[in-house]
Amino acid sequence: MAEEKRLMKGNEAIGEAAIRAGCRAYFGYPITPQNELTAYMARHMLDLKRTFIQAESEVSAINMVFGAASTGARSMTSSSSPGISLKQEGISYACGADVPCVIVNVARSGPGLGGISPSQGDYFQSTRGGGHGDYYTFVLAPKSVQEAADLTYLAFDLADKWRVPVLILADGLIGQMMEGVVFPKERDPSSLPAKPWATGNQYKTHRPINHVTSLNLMPLELEAQNNRRFERYAEIAKSEVRYEEMNVDKAELILVAYGSSSRISLGAIQAAKALGIELGLFRPISLWPFPAKRMAELAAKGKRFLVVEMSKGQMVEDVRLAVNGKSPVDFYGRCGGVIPTEEEVLAEARRVLGK
Amino acid sequence: MTEKTFIAGFGGQGVISLGQLWVYSGMKEGLEVTFFPFYGAEKRGGIARASVIVSSSEIASPLVTQADSVIVMNEDSLAICEEAVRKGGVLIVNSNLVKSAPRRSDIRVVKVACNELAEAIGDAKFANMVMMGALSRVTGAVKLDSFEAVLRSFFPESKHKFIPMNIKAVEAGKKAV
Amino acid sequence: MELAYGHPKSLKPIQTKYCPGCGHGVIHRLICEVIDELGLQERSIITNPVGCSIWADLYFDFDSVQPPHGRTPAAATGVKRMLPDHLVVCYQGDGDLAAIGTAEIIHAANRGEKFTTIFVNNAIYGMTGGQMAPTTLVGQKATTAPNGRDPGEAGMGYPIRVCELLGQLEGTKYLARGAVNNAVNVRKTKQYIKKAFEAQMRGEGFTMVEILSQCPTNWGLEPGAAVEWLEKNLIPFYQLGEIKDKLDGAAAPVKEAGK
Repeated sequence: MAEEKRLMKGNEAIGEAAIRAGCRAYFGYPITPQNELTAYMARHMLDLKRTFIQAESEVSAINMVFGAASTGARSMTSSSSPGISLKQEGISYACGADVPCVIVNVARSGPGLGGISPSQGDYFQSTRGGGHGDYYTFVLAPKSVQEAADLTYLAFDLADKWRVPVLILADGLIGQMMEGVVFPKERDPSSLPAKPWATGNQYKTHRPINHVTSLNLMPLELEAQNNRRFERYAEIAKSEVRYEEMNVDKAELILVAYGSSSRISLGAIQAAKALGIELGLFRPISLWPFPAKRMAELAAKGKRFLVVEMSKGQMVEDVRLAVNGKSPVDFYGRCGGVIPTEEEVLAEARRVLGK
Repeated sequence: MTEKTFIAGFGGQGVISLGQLWVYSGMKEGLEVTFFPFYGAEKRGGIARASVIVSSSEIASPLVTQADSVIVMNEDSLAICEEAVRKGGVLIVNSNLVKSAPRRSDIRVVKVACNELAEAIGDAKFANMVMMGALSRVTGAVKLDSFEAVLRSFFPESKHKFIPMNIKAVEAGKKAV
Repeated sequence: MELAYGHPKSLKPIQTKYCPGCGHGVIHRLICEVIDELGLQERSIITNPVGCSIWADLYFDFDSVQPPHGRTPAAATGVKRMLPDHLVVCYQGDGDLAAIGTAEIIHAANRGEKFTTIFVNNAIYGMTGGQMAPTTLVGQKATTAPNGRDPGEAGMGYPIRVCELLGQLEGTKYLARGAVNNAVNVRKTKQYIKKAFEAQMRGEGFTMVEILSQCPTNWGLEPGAAVEWLEKNLIPFYQLGEIKDKLDGAAAPVKEAGK
């Protein structure tokens, strides 16, 4: 029997999903608008006799994750934009050392201290690596509390499967709003994948020693190591692309949006329908890997696009790369923590269509 | 059916719990729901606002900009609340604390003496529940028929002693409109 | 015939990259001798720092984790919390611990994290080429303090006594300072390490052994002269001994023989 639907904040749902996914260690530092997540983990991880530490900084928190995950334990940290900037060093090391972990960004507006209202201004940082060196992190963008839970649960599996850090890119809206959510069932710890590369417990198997490190001072060796990682990235790009589309066949114009802005776009699409205007929605769920192939197909069919973001225009660059000049790509965005309204988006779509 | 509601008041009036209980009840009645609070940097006092939506289909933006119904709990919130109502929508006013008259003529205005009715039950802090009863009756979006069971699962055990008062307040609100 | 003394099992039998006269090699050996004596080789994990001892994972024959510069205690926290029955050695230099990683060491110590920090203090940055460290003495020259460390006009601050600083924190249970300048101090340092490791395995709280160590290359001295310089300058400023011992299951204090 399916579990009962619960009314929960996005922040808390992410926490509960992580616990059910078998997260054994959580490390966090207070920052708005994700504080409920850290508090949720404090309450529940301690009750479950798992590890919770309020770290002295976001920097320490990600490095505690690095240490815990190095032993093979499912580990997570969360923060909001300024704190995620601080974590970039640790994320780069985790990528370089192939340490799987989950990082949640309940994004707010920037740059700098910016504001605490929802924003999608961290798209570049999330999808371009974010720290130093050649790497990517998996980026999953939920649109609802239910999806925040589902994607967090999935993130732990993807991290382990591909030995990469997985970033959940939510925002203050997803984190703070409450919706109904049904959780996936608690993972049986014995069902989790083995991690022969992890440190610790050598005495049980007498295996050769394991080093978890990103260091390699031999350029040719390091290049080969990076190449192997990029071969994995290519596999990910082939098999792990996720997106949702709606009414794209009939649409005169396809709105492209992820996370919160896809919800607003959906409202604009519904309002357009009432006016006899057919709009479609293309919603990337995995921002990296980006669903470029499908976008290119739609462009080849002559579809035109309006990208809607809560930023000055970041994902629009990926859309333009995917479309490669084959069809027009327009952009509408608000930033600074302003959430665009359905009416604004509809007006922009009508302007683009000349209707 | 989709009912988009905007609620505003000041901190301590129970605006947030009104919104949460409204969507929780809606969820228990089988609806899709979303509750999005305005969150500020201040932790006490100040404004309290929330967007709440209940619907029989997937909900688009959680942010209510063209509200079907608006609840205004205090005088200071009147201006912003009046703006938020869509043409033909309803503005429900706590008439004990909102003394000015709304200016718009293209909306329906319903007045409920929330504080007075709550005090008659025993405590002004149930004014928010009186308002919820009124919202239920005016919009019909959430019926609040099996409200007691909903309250039992919403509140922790330690607060169950307040359930009868909550129910009375909701009933009083329903009757007032 | 019984072998009285040999190469520690948990130290790989290879030549290190360390400079002639460097203290790291001796310190590595001491750690490994204690690990062997406690039978913990397959239950040990070292978090090795950015700095000369970044190469520690080439030499120690057990698992390792290599965190970013200064974050060693944070990573060691993660490792130890997941593997409480393992020996976790958080190896740090003076730049890693007392400069870039100050927040991490203070808070790991204050939480009473149950790993052992081996803090190698040679009063200079080694790998990057002789820059001023937080532990550089007043007047000591460095490439970034060409006229000597000047806390006055140049505003270079004062050398930090880490054991004494951490000693104020209730989470710290055992803090000792040794040196590897002569056989007596080497032996005593080994006893400190053993006491700290045993306390860790009993789960007592934060333990640290600071070790004054020679860096002839960056001090601009021959190995022999470097030992003399350490004795004449570092030891008088950084008092040797058990700075704090609040261990419950405490063994007798390490004897101050040879003083």
